[in-house]
Amino acid sequence: MNNKLYEYLLMLGDNSMILGHRLSELCGHGPNLETDIALTNISLDLFGQVRSYFQYAAEVKGGEFTEDTIAFLRKDREYRHVLLVEQPNEDFGHVIGRQFLYDSYHLPLLKQLTESKDETIAAIAHKSVKEARYHLRFSSEWVKRLGDGTDESHQRMQKAIEHLYPFIFELFQETDIEKEMKELKIGADLSRIKEESMTTIGEVLADATLKIPESAPRMAKGKTGIHSEHLGFILSDLQYMQRAYPDMQW
Amino acid sequence: MKKKEWPLFEVFIRSKNGLEHRHVGSLHAADSDMAMENARDVYTRRAEGVSIWVVESRHIMASNPEHNGELFEPAQDKVYRHPTFYDLPDELKHI
Repeated sequence: MNNKLYEYLLMLGDNSMILGHRLSELCGHGPNLETDIALTNISLDLFGQVRSYFQYAAEVKGGEFTEDTIAFLRKDREYRHVLLVEQPNEDFGHVIGRQFLYDSYHLPLLKQLTESKDETIAAIAHKSVKEARYHLRFSSEWVKRLGDGTDESHQRMQKAIEHLYPFIFELFQETDIEKEMKELKIGADLSRIKEESMTTIGEVLADATLKIPESAPRMAKGKTGIHSEHLGFILSDLQYMQRAYPDMQW
Repeated sequence: MKKKEWPLFEVFIRSKNGLEHRHVGSLHAADSDMAMENARDVYTRRAEGVSIWVVESRHIMASNPEHNGELFEPAQDKVYRHPTFYDLPDELKHI
């Protein structure tokens, strides 16, 4: 049981961590000062959530595990995030598209987790849900601005959505661990999240004058540790300090 | 081609204990909705405020420093406009 709860916490934490890392790559490179700060704020919110999940995961796992070893010392196959969050920044349209699609899932997820039978998960969700609500507000505003903006911004936003949209279906594919957590009322019910998420996506894309792509869902297996080639590059950045200087402290 | 800049907005924040909005700085945004979001991100990250006002800078009429003479100096020799002729009890501290 403990091991399954641990794996579930990794699924929750890893999505936030890898997305937070992608956003952190933009720190100092945002299109302008205001947007740069906004994206970095979102990244910091996500890393704050990651710390809570991993501190708890370390407690659940026991032994030598700490939030740092969980974050920095796992191998690529041991990360449990979905492929959507590891997609590269490419351009501002992709950054916003990835953020929006993830937020449309993240908010209903956290809303459900505030009701979790596991008190720590419920407390983390309670704190994070307001952050996610702001993230969704920020990203959906930008999807609408870019989609319903100039010809070029429309075309680039549509292109980003074409690329990213097929990845969202992985979020709603239930793994054995998620099924068990749902049945124990610790975890969320993905089918309910999917409903809310697809409604949000439909509404915002319509407002943004963007088309929902017809491409087939990408059936990815990120939650079980099978990732794309992007993850290796992410980890070589993310883990560099701990690998080069083991046990280093700030 | 000259790069188009977003217009400038002035930001006013009311802090938790403050009664009035105070000018905290300025930022660029495409419109007032975006200015509001940006103000939240740039100026309230450390829980500084409970209320935000934004206004496009061009809507603010500022006094011209060259007119400082006629605008402000006539007040300087009118000391009787300051309530400094009262004897205040020592217990009063913050006046």
